[in-house]
Amino acid sequence: MLKQYETVIILNPVLSQDQVTETVEKFKKILTDTGSVIVFENNWGLRKLAYPIQKKNTGFYYLIEFKSDGANIGKLELEYKRDERLMRFLTVSLDKHAVIYNEKKRKNAALKKKEESESVSQN
Amino acid sequence: MANNEVRYLNPPAVEVNKKKYCRFKKLGIKYVDYKDATFLTKFVNEQGKVLPRRLTGTSLKFQRKVSTAIKRARHLALMPYVTDLLK
Repeated sequence: MLKQYETVIILNPVLSQDQVTETVEKFKKILTDTGSVIVFENNWGLRKLAYPIQKKNTGFYYLIEFKSDGANIGKLELEYKRDERLMRFLTVSLDKHAVIYNEKKRKNAALKKKEESESVSQN
Repeated sequence: MANNEVRYLNPPAVEVNKKKYCRFKKLGIKYVDYKDATFLTKFVNEQGKVLPRRLTGTSLKFQRKVSTAIKRARHLALMPYVTDLLK
């Protein structure tokens, strides 16, 4: 059974928006090439860092949740290290509690969005 | 010689030792999310250091989960390693 992983990457803020999407597409392609399934992605966009990294105070955060077997993680992280547009990355394996937590959070987010859209349409 | 025994008008409110409980067991939280920085700041003091169990009252199992989550959040610059007046 494929284990579930979650990876967060911080991209250099000097990049333009399409460069950001292009690098993210590159990593997603790496994942799909190695036969892993992307479950969920989330673009947090430009965020302020708690402390400066490489003399920069902001960064583009991107989160990818995917299912894959362990061998691909080494390859993925090797690509992360090679790519200099990336300031920092973190890959975490998810146990069953984490998976349930993420699904519940996504359901609530979707629910809330639906409520907002209804309330907007009403008034 | 002022009398050494100081009498208060009303007895100082001795903070009765309220029973500390592990919030994770009580609320049934099973997973500490390292991305949720606002929640993790409850377990960190003003300098950004992890609070000991005797103050937060969390059980050993969840204290470990919280500390790893905080370290991951620090790695991702969601939380500072050291700061002043974080709250």
